[in-house]
Amino acid sequence: MPVKTKPMPELVRGAAHPMEKYLRTERLPHIWCSGCGLGTALSSFLYAVDDLKLDPDKVAVVSGIGCTGRIAGYVRMDTYHTTHGRAIPFATGLKLAKPELKVVVYSGDGDLFAIGGNHFIHAARRNMDLTVLCVNNFNYGMTGGQVGPTTPVGARTTTTPFGNFEHTFNLVHLAASAGATYVARWTVLDGRRLKEGIKEALTHKGFTFVEIVAPCPTNYGRRNRIGEGLDELRFYRENTVIRHGTDPKAAPLEPGKPIVVGKFVDIQKPTHLDLYETKAAEVRK
Amino acid sequence: MTARELWAGNIAIAEGALAAGVDFYAGYPITPSSEIMEHLARALPKRGGVFFQAEDEIAAIFSLIGASWAGARAMTATSGPGFSLMQEGLGIAIMTETPLVVVDVMRLGPGTGQASRAGQGDLMQARWGRHGDQHLVVLAPATAQDCFDLTVLAVNTAEKLRVPVVILSDELIAHTWEPVKLKEQEERWERPRPRSQEPPFGADHPARIPPMPPLGKGFDVSVTGSTHDAWGVRATSDPKIHRQLVERLGQKILAHRVEFTVYEAHGVEEAEVGIVAFGSAARSALAAQHLLAQQGIRAGVVVLKTLWPLPEEPMEELARRVQALLVPELNLGQLRLDVERLAAGRCPVIGLSKVGGGLPIYPSEIAAKVQEVVR
Repeated sequence: MPVKTKPMPELVRGAAHPMEKYLRTERLPHIWCSGCGLGTALSSFLYAVDDLKLDPDKVAVVSGIGCTGRIAGYVRMDTYHTTHGRAIPFATGLKLAKPELKVVVYSGDGDLFAIGGNHFIHAARRNMDLTVLCVNNFNYGMTGGQVGPTTPVGARTTTTPFGNFEHTFNLVHLAASAGATYVARWTVLDGRRLKEGIKEALTHKGFTFVEIVAPCPTNYGRRNRIGEGLDELRFYRENTVIRHGTDPKAAPLEPGKPIVVGKFVDIQKPTHLDLYETKAAEVRK
Repeated sequence: MTARELWAGNIAIAEGALAAGVDFYAGYPITPSSEIMEHLARALPKRGGVFFQAEDEIAAIFSLIGASWAGARAMTATSGPGFSLMQEGLGIAIMTETPLVVVDVMRLGPGTGQASRAGQGDLMQARWGRHGDQHLVVLAPATAQDCFDLTVLAVNTAEKLRVPVVILSDELIAHTWEPVKLKEQEERWERPRPRSQEPPFGADHPARIPPMPPLGKGFDVSVTGSTHDAWGVRATSDPKIHRQLVERLGQKILAHRVEFTVYEAHGVEEAEVGIVAFGSAARSALAAQHLLAQQGIRAGVVVLKTLWPLPEEPMEELARRVQALLVPELNLGQLRLDVERLAAGRCPVIGLSKVGGGLPIYPSEIAAKVQEVVR
């Protein structure tokens, strides 16, 4: 409804993107670097919304801070750009107070698993009815390429100039152990499979999680001899294996090992809201 | 018909929240505030409200912000260490103009301090605890009746002004049982809602509160904690937009201050000495006033119930009349700084600080200090 319009910059004028109806085009061009995976990650989500014919007025997108955190600002739905790490508790309040909304958290690995890690595991444990989409680019892009909880051992970042020596999180294993009822991983090379995965996550009742592996050529690729964004996509093509149903524990992202993608968890369990409502109905009697 | 109940301060706050239409409570256990959460854990599910025990205080306040945007009247309660964790959320609630209420039942700090022992050391934190220039509303009950009434006022003010409101209680108020008179129906102030295309974060007049769009109705609300223009579009380098925004966020509160400013002035007209206090210290001040009267000393007492923005007039007036102003408080002199500022040299301002063990300031201590000053 309230839309401020300004002419689109020359750079992006041209044929409309098919998913433009879901974008605040007046805010384009976006801030993401050339070769970044976020464009594909975002469009996969928008295609998923479109395929499912979800009413965009009934979808709320919540982001934290960081490169992925900017997604909220570009989507033409009810969107919330919160503070660092707090997208999940914000989304929790939104969902609990307005259960009829589809609430999507779209944020990055540092936001969701370092500063926001506690919120993630508890929302998963509660089976809170949220869809959490995490773009994992293995570092803090926005702030200049620092080490994060998913940075592979040995990788160089601006705060691990001699190579990362810390153990890393396997996000899909973490999500599954904490109680997520749908867990998948795709790379941005697999745009269509990613879209299908997001569709499944959006339609699955309960806490759903999709890890989206994406290149960060500017900050991560450059320092780790991966090259440009396209080089990383080529790396995905040559090193990705699809293994649906694999135990997520056996699918860590480790240097020298293939990137295992697919759907790892797909189970049904009462959600937090189901259980709250059941209990509330009992006491109201 | 009015009802009377016997409630401790914490229960009166919880009941005040229900009377004010609070339908979303999230919190994390911490003494001496826990009874508020426990009371609402029972009450809210029965009335179709949401009760949510979060994984920490940060999650609690952020779920409040989300719930508030989803249309709920949202409240949490905590104590010092939890209040520290909530500062981040309070900052973004101020910036995004999100109505919510945070109750801080003060205990002794810093750190874990003396848990559950009464203190009043969070006054400055309540006002200035966040980074950046910012304003909110701070209320402070001195009785169980205040706990009830000020909670209603806090919820209403938060909604009407789109601002977080902090209630600063303390352990002595929280656990003192007193009769509370109830009205049949509490007044209810609603948040402004947009009719159509109205900017949700801008106003042409400082007193006008921008309307808060409802969720899920096609408003395509864009909310950010970063500096933003009237439509919520980030503007992270424009100096004019930033200044206008942070000034307006303060001005809107000042423009409406008369609606939420509460204080009591006792015996001020004839006073030779003045006492300014809030919370449990104010109760002792009023008792001290009687002790002093028996000795022929006329003390005027100002009990502050709105702590920010500070009601300046009663204290300025008192400072003009008296030989000295005494500020008893359960901290090392936080309110005293403001009283000094307002007295502006008209009379000496003397602090009476007491911290440790959760002991109240006794009326006799205040009376003794006053006698020292008058002599």
